[in-house]
Amino acid sequence: MSNGTTSQQLIAGDQTFGSVTEAISRVTEQKTPRLWYVAFSISFALTLLLIGSIGYLFYKGVGIWGLQIPVGWGWAIVNFVFWVGIGHAGTLISAILFLFRQQWRTSINRFAEAMTIFAVICALMFPAIHVGRVWVVYWIFPIPNQMDIWPNFRSPLVWDAFAVGTYFTVSLLFWYVGLIPDLATLRDRAKSRIRKIVYGIFALGWRGGQRQWKHYELSYLLLAGLATPLVLSVHSVVSFDFAVGVIPGWHTTIFPPYFVAGAIFSGFAMVMTLAVITRKAYGLEDFITIKHLERMNIIMLVTGLMVGYAYAVELFTAWYSGNLYEEFALVNRALGPYAWAYWVMVTCNVLVPQLFWVKKLRRSVPVMFVASILINVGMWFERFVIVVSSLAQDFLPSSWDYFVPTFWDFAILAGSFGLFFTLFLLFIRWLPMISIGEVKGVLPQADPHH
Amino acid sequence: MQKEQSAEHMEKVSQGEVRGILAEFSNPGELLHAAEEIRDAGYRDFDCHSPFPIHGMEQAMGQKRSPLGFIVGIMGLLGGGGALLLQWWTSAVDYRLVVAGKPFFDLPAFIPVTFELTILLAAFGAVFGMFALTRMPRFFHPVFFSDRFERVTDDGFFVSIESSDQKFDAESTGEFLESLGSDHVELLVDTRQQVQQSNQSEE
Repeated sequence: MSNGTTSQQLIAGDQTFGSVTEAISRVTEQKTPRLWYVAFSISFALTLLLIGSIGYLFYKGVGIWGLQIPVGWGWAIVNFVFWVGIGHAGTLISAILFLFRQQWRTSINRFAEAMTIFAVICALMFPAIHVGRVWVVYWIFPIPNQMDIWPNFRSPLVWDAFAVGTYFTVSLLFWYVGLIPDLATLRDRAKSRIRKIVYGIFALGWRGGQRQWKHYELSYLLLAGLATPLVLSVHSVVSFDFAVGVIPGWHTTIFPPYFVAGAIFSGFAMVMTLAVITRKAYGLEDFITIKHLERMNIIMLVTGLMVGYAYAVELFTAWYSGNLYEEFALVNRALGPYAWAYWVMVTCNVLVPQLFWVKKLRRSVPVMFVASILINVGMWFERFVIVVSSLAQDFLPSSWDYFVPTFWDFAILAGSFGLFFTLFLLFIRWLPMISIGEVKGVLPQADPHH
Repeated sequence: MQKEQSAEHMEKVSQGEVRGILAEFSNPGELLHAAEEIRDAGYRDFDCHSPFPIHGMEQAMGQKRSPLGFIVGIMGLLGGGGALLLQWWTSAVDYRLVVAGKPFFDLPAFIPVTFELTILLAAFGAVFGMFALTRMPRFFHPVFFSDRFERVTDDGFFVSIESSDQKFDAESTGEFLESLGSDHVELLVDTRQQVQQSNQSEE
């Protein structure tokens, strides 16, 4: 398939450069739809719940959660891994598919990148608030302190802070660089002075000259090249938090690739959930076509199979190792007190994506919408199973216990969704959710030899 | 209409108010062709503006390659080297602490942070290096004197030639651009100076 034929099929309808600008910019300029206010109210209420819960957490301490000994890592870490994973699809779409010249990414990369940033904000919050003494959380960074002591660079938790911090910063820069030409579009279309000034400042005086494009394009390419190994490293490092530990069920070498595949899997499911809603709500079906959605479903099918394979290999390795504790940990996951969570995970992550083998089902919007939500439920439970079931029953039966979450666990999880959707709604209200410049670039008439 | 304006425009050139000339083309192909002709005619201070990057424009304008790759490479090396230095100095020199019997300078354990900081600084190089090379932020530029130029971020394709170019001449450059098939040629006139001068004459 040559580039020419793919680009002709990418965007539906008889689009001109002008109609692309109009259709995408209009969303930020028109009167805010009522549905947006409804969604924003709910999300913002949940964000307030989050702020209140964190306030109470800081006042009272981590004892308000269901944490106990032996389960000293509860939902905070489950949620952290869950949200970091969600972010990965955005970087995969924006960087890896860019390097592979998959031009269909142009319709979805902007809001997938935005999703990455908001998901990583939610993720970063959890390690920050889960430390018992939040006022010394800066000890994770090599900042001189009164004890003259430095972070332990041989600890995966320190690697994690550097990996996720770098990931957030680079994602934000990548997203902003991609936004500059589109911010200039909004600046040039602005009717009110305040819009002109605000978008004008963030557009940095962009004038679309080749002398800018030349450096800009290379900058974008280099950022994509840097973000690609970065995204693979981030969830690998997150998995080191477990794999470097000695707990049975954690101490396995399959964790880094297994975590990365799972992250991309869940991230694509989240992109799908958001894409299905926003394309419908804002009438952008010409830009995010059924073909785009189908390709995302195929990626979910592939990464879902990888995740299923990892579950199988975990069981096999546990049996083949002949290690009593390792064997017990895995059998206990599937048949022990947390079996219900394990089978929710297997159903949602392994069985549900199998629907996408059928062309009719992977092109059906209601099917993919429900499947994408189920996949994210499953991926949350995957992290729950890994974190909680491994800790609750470790080496010594006398220390075993059953983890029960409290109201505050639920409040903070729900609140993190509130924060995520609040940020996302603000984004689609004020910024172009599809890359205007890049979509024009894949129209057939953009080719100078057309 | 163009001819009528030109006498007035010549006057402005003599007053030093003309900052350049802007010509609009109707599609990417024409812009690319115009860029080649302008390059061959010997102009240097010109630019081709478009809503998206046009394939082959770099060669058409006769530009050198962007040096951004070197900046990113150097920043990456600084990030990686700095990270190793930081970890070595804090763990093996300044405050040696035995943790789990691991060596003070533990290279395998230092790889993740070294890798992340390499990427972080290289990314700073890619973004801020690009800002430096494109002179951004730059909120003032002669092309913004044209109202029509707003379409460059929508569906307009423009060539601008700045008056600083040695070959620049308001009249002949304008005719040259028209001969390349431009639909619309206009002078970029510094309107701020006019306002200032009229204010001064009132005083």
